[in-house]
Amino acid sequence: MAIEVEVRLPTVLRQNAGGQASVKANGETVGEIFDDLVRQFPLLNGQLVNDDGSMHKFINVYRNDDDVRYLDKLDTAVGADDVISILPAVAGG
Amino acid sequence: MLRLTDATYTDMVAHALDELPNEACGLLAAVPGTAKVERLYRCRNAAVSSRRYEVDSRDMLNADRDAEDRGLQIVAVYHSHTHTDAYPSPTDVKQAPDPTWRYVLVSLKDAEPVVRSYRITDGAITEEPVELDRR
Repeated sequence: MAIEVEVRLPTVLRQNAGGQASVKANGETVGEIFDDLVRQFPLLNGQLVNDDGSMHKFINVYRNDDDVRYLDKLDTAVGADDVISILPAVAGG
Repeated sequence: MLRLTDATYTDMVAHALDELPNEACGLLAAVPGTAKVERLYRCRNAAVSSRRYEVDSRDMLNADRDAEDRGLQIVAVYHSHTHTDAYPSPTDVKQAPDPTWRYVLVSLKDAEPVVRSYRITDGAITEEPVELDRR
């Protein structure tokens, strides 16, 4: 059975999710959560995951306090009490 | 316009100098809907480089949470250019994620540090004034 978790969105993505700062999504991994987000908010398509299935370079994704890049990336398991936070990945030269 | 207190301005320039020879980076928070900076967060440069910066992802999360707890919002990122002007580089423009943010540059190229603020929207760079707020 799918798990419902809270997903916190950065300001730059909120406009594509009905203006909400926090939404609910279902899934047992970060990748499944993202699939569900895109189902709910089609405007998020291409902003979370690249065409090749990898995580978008311009976002940081956290399961609670941990950057999922250092866990199992999109395969990172998610439990009912977890909060997924998405923030901009800020970089430059 | 980006409004900074003297203390924030001084801290930002000091941070840029502290990180030499590498680029320094950090985040600025303001009351939502304003550009009056109330808080500066020094962040680690995960790239540890004199030519690139990458705000440490844990520092980004901590700054965002702290700002939210204080009723503030991250409105700007600053970083230093150690040997070039206070103007966004092509990499800065390409990687600018948020058109509502300000991109603040601290140039250490000359003896006197130069601080400038920009908006970057769809690759277009617009400078805006930095006002020092003597509080």
